[in-house]
Amino acid sequence: MSTIVWQKVDQKVKETIPFLFTFMLVLISIIPIRVPGYAEIAPVFPLISIYHWAIYRPTLLPLWAVFILGILYDLLSGVPLGLYILVFLSVYGIVVSQRRFIMGKSFLVYWLGYGIIALGAALESWFVASVWYASLLNFQPIFFQYLLSFGIFPIVAWISLRLQQTFFRQESDASGQ
Amino acid sequence: MEFRPSALLRVAAPLRSLAQRFMYVGLIVLSFGLMLVGKIDVVLIDHLRAEVTNVAAPVLAALSRPASSISNGLENIRGLMYLREENARLLEENTKLKQWVYVARRLHTENTALQGLLHSVADPKPKFVTARIIAGTMGSISNTFVINAGSEDGVGKGQPVLSDKGFVGRIVAVSKNSARILLATDINSRIPVILESTRTRALMVGGNMERPKLIHLPPGAQITPSERIVTSGHGGVFPPGLPVGLVASVNDVSVEVQLFTDYHLIEFVRIADFGVNGIVDLLSLRNKVGGSASKEK
Repeated sequence: MSTIVWQKVDQKVKETIPFLFTFMLVLISIIPIRVPGYAEIAPVFPLISIYHWAIYRPTLLPLWAVFILGILYDLLSGVPLGLYILVFLSVYGIVVSQRRFIMGKSFLVYWLGYGIIALGAALESWFVASVWYASLLNFQPIFFQYLLSFGIFPIVAWISLRLQQTFFRQESDASGQ
Repeated sequence: MEFRPSALLRVAAPLRSLAQRFMYVGLIVLSFGLMLVGKIDVVLIDHLRAEVTNVAAPVLAALSRPASSISNGLENIRGLMYLREENARLLEENTKLKQWVYVARRLHTENTALQGLLHSVADPKPKFVTARIIAGTMGSISNTFVINAGSEDGVGKGQPVLSDKGFVGRIVAVSKNSARILLATDINSRIPVILESTRTRALMVGGNMERPKLIHLPPGAQITPSERIVTSGHGGVFPPGLPVGLVASVNDVSVEVQLFTDYHLIEFVRIADFGVNGIVDLLSLRNKVGGSASKEK
C-alpha cells in the first residue's frame, strides 16, 4: 500500500529535476567569472536546457515552469522584466511544435536545430530590448554570446541527456506520443 | 498493452490542447504586460527584483566562490607567464611613485596649512562597506552587479560604489542582505563628471557599450585624450573628486571614456556612504526653493 505512495512521491520529486536543473543554469549564467571579455558574452545557459526538454519531454518542463524560469532569469540578471520570459516562451513554443522533426535524429541535427533556434532567440532579445530602451543596442556582444552558447551546447545538452536517461528511462515512451 | 482512449479522453484531448494554446498566448501577452509595467512603475519592479535577488543571494554567494577560485587560478597562471615583464614594470612604477610620495607629502602639509588659514570646511569623511560581487551581467542588454551586502550592513540606494582603482557605479536597489549596482556603462547610468585639469563639466552616460560617453559639454570645450575624469559632485548626487577614468578618444560625434575600473577583474567593491544619497530628491528641492525666504531666520 505505502509503496505506491512512495512511488508517487518519488515520481513527483523526480519530475522537478528538469526545472531545478534549468534553474541551476539560470544561476550559473549570472555568476561572475573573472575572465576578461567573458561577462559580455556569457551564454544564456537555461535556453539550452529548455530546448532539450521541449524536444524530449515537454511534459516534464511545462509551460508555466518555463514562464517562472523566465521571470527568475529576468529578475536576477537585471534585464527588463518580461524580456527573457518572452524569449524562453517563444523558444519553447516553436521547439514543442517542431519536436518531431528533431527527435530521434542524430546529435548533429539536434545541435544544428539549437543553432537556428538560438540565433532566432538572440535576434529576438536584441530587438525587444532595443524597443524597450528605445535605442538601437549593440548587436555584436549578443552575436558572440550566441556563438559561445552554440559551442558550449554539447556539454549542457550531454548533461541534460544523462539526467533524462538516469531518471526518466522507464517511462521513455510515455510522452513520446 | 493496447491503449484505447475512452470517450471522455477523446473529447478532453482537443480541449486540453486548446487550453494549452490559450495559456501559451496568455503567458506571451502577460510577458508583454510585465515589460510595460517595468516601463511605467520602475520602483515596483526594482523592489520585486531586490526581494527575489535577496532570496537567491545565499545560493549565488556560495556558487560564486568556486567560480572565483577558478578565475583566481587562471589569473595566477597568467601572472606566472608574465612575471618577468611585470616585475620590470613594477620596479619602474615604484621609482616613479617614490617621487610622487615626496610631492604628495609636501602638498599635503601645504594644503593643511592653507586650509587652516582659510578655515575651509572639510569634505565629509565617508564610511565604507566592503562587499563581494556575487552575480552580475554585462553586455548589450544590462550592466549590473549584485553584492552580498544590503540595508542591514548600511548600504543605501544611490550610494556610490568604488573599486581599488576608481568609480564602479551606484546602488540602485537594496534589500536586507543584497544590493544591486548599476554600472557606469549601463544605458540608464548618468554621472555628473568634471575633467580634472580643465574643470570642464560634463555628463557621463552609458550606452551598454564598453565605454561610456561624455555629453552636455560646453561649446568649444578643449578635450584632449588621456585627460583624467573625476566626479564633479554637481547636483549633490555624488561627492566630488572620485576617480572615474580617462578620456579615451575624441572625435566630432562623441567623447569616449576609458574607466579606471576593469569590470572583468573586480571581485570586491567598496560602497561609500558620504551622507549624500545619490538621488536628486525633487520634493525637498522644491521645498528648499519655496522656503528660501524663510531660510534666513
